[in-house]
Amino acid sequence: MMAYGLGIAKGMMVTLLNLTRKPVTVQYPEQRVTQNPRFRGEDFVWYEERCTGCASCAKYCPQGIIKIVTAPSGEQTQEGETYKIETFDIEIARCMFCGLCVEACPYDALHMGTGFERAKPRRSDLVITVEELRASAKRPSTWFRPQLQNRGYDPAKGEEVPWQEAGRESTVAPTYDDMLKRWVEGR
Amino acid sequence: MDSSFDKNALFSTLNDFYLGLLPDSLSWAAFLGTGLTIVFILVNAVLMLTAFGTYMERRVLGRFQTRLGPNRVGPFGLLQPLADLLKLIMKEDLRPLMADRLTFFLAPVLMVTSMLVVVAVVPFGSDSFLADLNIGVLYLVGIPTIATVSMFLGGWGSGNRFALLGAARAVAMLISYEVPMIISLAGILILAGSMSLVDVVEAQRLPFILLQPMAFFVFLIAASAEMNRSPFDLMEAESELTAGFHTEFSGMRFGLLQLAEFGEVVVTSAILATLFLRGWENPFIPADWSQVLPPQVWLIGKILFFMLIFTWIRATLPRMRIDQVMAFAWKVLFPLAVINMFVTAALVVAWPEPTYTQLWAIAGINWVVAIGCLIGFSLALDKHRKNPTASVQLVKIPTEVA
Repeated sequence: MMAYGLGIAKGMMVTLLNLTRKPVTVQYPEQRVTQNPRFRGEDFVWYEERCTGCASCAKYCPQGIIKIVTAPSGEQTQEGETYKIETFDIEIARCMFCGLCVEACPYDALHMGTGFERAKPRRSDLVITVEELRASAKRPSTWFRPQLQNRGYDPAKGEEVPWQEAGRESTVAPTYDDMLKRWVEGR
Repeated sequence: MDSSFDKNALFSTLNDFYLGLLPDSLSWAAFLGTGLTIVFILVNAVLMLTAFGTYMERRVLGRFQTRLGPNRVGPFGLLQPLADLLKLIMKEDLRPLMADRLTFFLAPVLMVTSMLVVVAVVPFGSDSFLADLNIGVLYLVGIPTIATVSMFLGGWGSGNRFALLGAARAVAMLISYEVPMIISLAGILILAGSMSLVDVVEAQRLPFILLQPMAFFVFLIAASAEMNRSPFDLMEAESELTAGFHTEFSGMRFGLLQLAEFGEVVVTSAILATLFLRGWENPFIPADWSQVLPPQVWLIGKILFFMLIFTWIRATLPRMRIDQVMAFAWKVLFPLAVINMFVTAALVVAWPEPTYTQLWAIAGINWVVAIGCLIGFSLALDKHRKNPTASVQLVKIPTEVA
């Protein structure tokens, strides 16, 4: 038999025990929560060396906010001619961080970033230009980039990834035995 | 001069000081100056405690909810009340078109006044108080009722339906809770044999919280209802009534209402400390500890203690429905207070001049009665909850109209 008012006593005990707990508050500008390495931040990381100017990212963007203008570069590389990127504008104000552009990139040239502090007084300032993309630190998020995550890379630690290591070709493809272990015996 | 001033050392010292400054023909001015000086000290003390109380309440409430509370303004956020004040003063003072000019102006002023005036009878030392009224306890329960009136003035004068509803709820609830509150004080008056608060404190050879546990319980709950705080804050239920009677108040008018609300916590804590925890004396049984700490510090410490308890209650309990609130006042608190009054009266008749052993016996009997009554009411209410025969039955509407 539950007596009337016992719930009140229980509730009072709960709040009293809360006094002994550590506050969960994180005082933001001074303290920060630890970010997941797969965080989809607003500063995109772009490797010009890897980019061919195919504009797959612009085609796959559901919002249509990536604008790419290219010109023939005249360089004859081993695979063929590449394009010179003249414009690579990402209108971040309308970006919803779905990451489809990063998924679409066939050469792993575009990665999500880790930042979240791009507040500006005007909408027109919320455009990432190609100069900014070239100049920004190369700390890509590991979202949709298992080759980065598998080797224990964490953008929060501050180390930069050179363009040679950012691609999926840097990881060793799984062998037949690996796949057998993973998909047949592991099930 | 009044005989009650003879033992008021603070008053007579100050009066002598002013008499020395002024010629003899102006002795009334010295009297007035003395009174005003003590009023100035008291009002400022209450306002400072209130300001600190808002800060403490928000910090402690934060910790009760495992967060930090305000900590950015000044060291540890101690200047937060000042920042709040600045913000409220700078806000625009709006008066709605439908509002009644006089009542809208009067409501905050009356509310703050009724809160501050109560402090006049609270003694903060055996020889220092503003007034030792021989009907002190009556004054204590009578004056805060002005706050009820001012709430209704504010709610009705706003010309807003939410405000009017909130004010109506406030009046209904506050008047109901006056009754158990006053009757619970009857037990104390019987034991103390006087309505003067100084006498009540001096009569506490054992603190009345030991002798009158049920009165303390009833008074604590009724007082937290009188303060309109959670779980009895249904007159300003923001989910139903925006903000209740102070919906239309803004700027410093709103600030005054908030001040009155938080100030009432301080004042009620002071009353609780005076009535139940030996006021300015140490709350412990061994007799004279006045050398350890000055009496004012004891009183302020007890006030802070009761403020913490009120914060704890506020942090825990959710808001009750109006029918639950009223039922609790009339079905639980009122009978408990009456039982307590009769038991205490019987004990006082049995032992008119109790020795210490007899006092402990009174305390023991009262505790047994209190715990027994609480368990009994709790079980009875539980039965009532499962089989609510006495509650309102739905009237069956006949389907066929003859």
